[in-house]
Amino acid sequence: MTPRTRELFGLIPASLLVTAGFAAVFVQEQDVVSTISLTYGAVFLGLCFAAHLVIRWRLPHADPYVLPLVAVLASFGLVMIYRLDDRFAREQAQWFVIGLAAFIATIVLVRDYRALERYRYVIAASSLGLLLLPRIPGIGSQTNGAYLGVDVGPVSFQPAEFAKIGIIIFLASYLRDTRQLLVATKKWGITIPPLRHLGPLLAVWGLAMILLVFIRDLGSSLMFFGGFLAMLYVATNRLIFPVVGFGLFAAGVGFFASTVGHVQSRIDAWHHPFNDALYGAQGGSYQLAQSLFAQADGGVFGRGFGKALVGSGDAVVVPAAKTDLIYSVIVNELGLVGACGLLLVYLLLVQRGFRIAVLARDSFSKLLAAGLATVIGLQVFVIVGGVTKAIPLTGVTLPFVSYGGSSIVANFVIVALLLLISDRARREAGA
Amino acid sequence: MNAPLTRTFGVLMLLFGVLVFFTARWTVIDRSKLQDNPKNRRALLEQQRVARGAIYAADGAVLARSSKRADGTYTRAYPRAGLFAQTVGYDYLIPGFAGLERFYNGPLTGRKSGLAATLRKLQGHGNEGDDLRTSLDPAAQEIATRMLGTRAGAVVALDPSTGRIRVMASTPGYNPNDLASAKATKALNRASGAPLLNRTTVGLYPPGSTMKVVAAIAAIDSGRYEPTSVVSGRSPVTISGTPLANHGGTDYGNIDLTTALTQSVNTVWAQVAESLGKPTMRRYMDRLGFGRPIDVDLPADERLASGPYCDKGGTRTLVEPTSDCVDIGRTAIGQAKLLATPLQMAQVAASVANGGLLMTPVIATRALDAEGRTTLDNEPRVLSRVMSQASAAKVTAMMQKVVQEGTGTAAALQGIDVAGKTGTAEIDIARNIAQPWFIAFAPANRPRVAIAVTLEHIVGGFGGTDAAPIAKAVMESLLQ
Repeated sequence: MTPRTRELFGLIPASLLVTAGFAAVFVQEQDVVSTISLTYGAVFLGLCFAAHLVIRWRLPHADPYVLPLVAVLASFGLVMIYRLDDRFAREQAQWFVIGLAAFIATIVLVRDYRALERYRYVIAASSLGLLLLPRIPGIGSQTNGAYLGVDVGPVSFQPAEFAKIGIIIFLASYLRDTRQLLVATKKWGITIPPLRHLGPLLAVWGLAMILLVFIRDLGSSLMFFGGFLAMLYVATNRLIFPVVGFGLFAAGVGFFASTVGHVQSRIDAWHHPFNDALYGAQGGSYQLAQSLFAQADGGVFGRGFGKALVGSGDAVVVPAAKTDLIYSVIVNELGLVGACGLLLVYLLLVQRGFRIAVLARDSFSKLLAAGLATVIGLQVFVIVGGVTKAIPLTGVTLPFVSYGGSSIVANFVIVALLLLISDRARREAGA
Repeated sequence: MNAPLTRTFGVLMLLFGVLVFFTARWTVIDRSKLQDNPKNRRALLEQQRVARGAIYAADGAVLARSSKRADGTYTRAYPRAGLFAQTVGYDYLIPGFAGLERFYNGPLTGRKSGLAATLRKLQGHGNEGDDLRTSLDPAAQEIATRMLGTRAGAVVALDPSTGRIRVMASTPGYNPNDLASAKATKALNRASGAPLLNRTTVGLYPPGSTMKVVAAIAAIDSGRYEPTSVVSGRSPVTISGTPLANHGGTDYGNIDLTTALTQSVNTVWAQVAESLGKPTMRRYMDRLGFGRPIDVDLPADERLASGPYCDKGGTRTLVEPTSDCVDIGRTAIGQAKLLATPLQMAQVAASVANGGLLMTPVIATRALDAEGRTTLDNEPRVLSRVMSQASAAKVTAMMQKVVQEGTGTAAALQGIDVAGKTGTAEIDIARNIAQPWFIAFAPANRPRVAIAVTLEHIVGGFGGTDAAPIAKAVMESLLQ
């Protein structure tokens, strides 16, 4: 069986999941098994089939499991959001189509992704600009104390979602060039990179700190810097880099946490979610506490699709249910079992990313694939860790599942890049 | 570069392991702790989506019912307003629930297990609760509440042969419908006189001379005394090292126990209890239900234990009647450290009334589902055999004398024999403040009602004049 045929068969379970999911929600809400769930399933299968055809045409050797895994996640997200609010599900479906278009456009337009290296400084600079955009008065917007959104007229988007791709492309290219130099000098048995090359690394650390101060978001800062450390380690194979880097990051967070009020309140809420003062405070621990209550309500097997208490309007029980807390609602309805299944799908997707990195022939491809895969994994860790009180809660999206146009489109571009790398690697390996 | 790639993926796997662990922590390990967290209102919110069953009085009057609101949730209404406020309780979002609403929350919300219930759920019937039927009597309750009036107090009446509670009145009261608003709830919580408290089960008062019935039960049933046994009724006598006087310092000379109960002679019953000894007194108090939270179908924090409360390290602590700190002579006349709830004292009367067999008091009789099938049946249950039938007959005769010619004549009913005992516990001798009591049952030969009445802080109060008339009126209504 060719990889593409395998991919095609892989899409069938994802479409069945959409069909079954919508059917379950219909039964729960209207007591009817509507044929419209079949329609939704068919439309979804059709869209995935279109993406499949483009891959078949342009990237015949690419990894066959990535698209089905993404389809499973996206269908999961669509059903969950439909169950929460059908109006938003229609919008999410539109974003899914736009995301697929971006996916196809990336595959068709970026004929050779290694050409991206030539524009690395442009990409880096524009990514930085994107990151700081939300702080520009007039178009920037603040949510729960963090500056993550941009509103230009009717369009609002989260530039950080796109900036992460640009920064990873830049880092992959930069580390490809300097990886030999970084490990060239050894003193007293430990690797000390020459100052000239250490500078840019410290600059990345500084960038993470600036993110923390300007965007006031611990989650995206952790995601970016974690991705960077992973790439640095892959590039140099020296454990000292990520260890020192993480130490620096922790020190920086410790310092800024006490000076940037918003970050500190997030950390307080994390430590004491049931503290009376924090629970009642604006932007306090209410959200986290409700997340934990929702998960406790779910138990091992969950309450079933459409049965969790979410509330709406004035009587909202789970705040930000379709974005930040969507994982909590999933645990509430599908239990620990369903949550483990979802996490497993993410882990498989990340694993495919690393598999692509392993197969890739050149350093840039390896670093790029590893960076992209790591960022997907870390993003899941940041948001799921946040709502399960493993780390302080910050508002990043659950890739492909949370409601949010920027997130869907950006993640589809990441997947397209992974498939481009994969196709090249397997073609060369096969040839 | 492939080795660090594998290791990096390993780190990510570890991180995902952390996520699984934390999810398991909230869904399994700490689950019940989170569900019991007072900030967790999910259970209450979900209940609002269920059509709770109604609560009915014995005559079929609706005491509580649910009505659907525009948004699909249900709200609770109490058509009889405050009539059974502390007994029926309430169920609202802000204050939560109390009383029968809380104790029978399972049946009222239709939470059932078993195959039949599961099948019904599959058919889409899961959203309605069972109705609750009680033995409460609105007419008698109304009389009790009206006669207590503006005074703080409690009346509890039950059927001694079944333990079924007919009247459970506690004043001051409140209108449970008010609790739908958060503001009114706050005001009620701070209101003077603690209107939310069910005084029949959490009001702890010195029972005064009504406790002499317990001493009489112990004296007769232990075989040590007969109603005709003669004891010295001089005043004062030394009890536990300090002199004890009779009411008004009256010296009765040598009198029998029937007379001592009829005239409520303190010195006689204190001496009897001392001669019986603490272990004997304890045995009978235990059988009557003293020493543990009163056994009735109300939530645990709405039931208190009657018995001697000694000061231990600054806090009032329930102790055994055999403890060193207990003055058993004064315990027998309902003074010193003894505190009792009105329902406990009604149980004392009920044990004599039912030939020595004490039944478990119970408010709800049955729960019925939407199709009228009984889903819960509170059959009468025996709590304990307190005394022999013969002893009960003897004590009944003694208590009848109290109403015929003693301190309790105000409770006498036309054409019906009443057996009873007055009590007047001294609260503040200097300011002449007392806690009047009356416990009784009727008809004496075939009792259908046992009752306890008490009033708080009555200036110049006396059981025979303040409490007995209330008992009379309530019993009259119940015996019609």
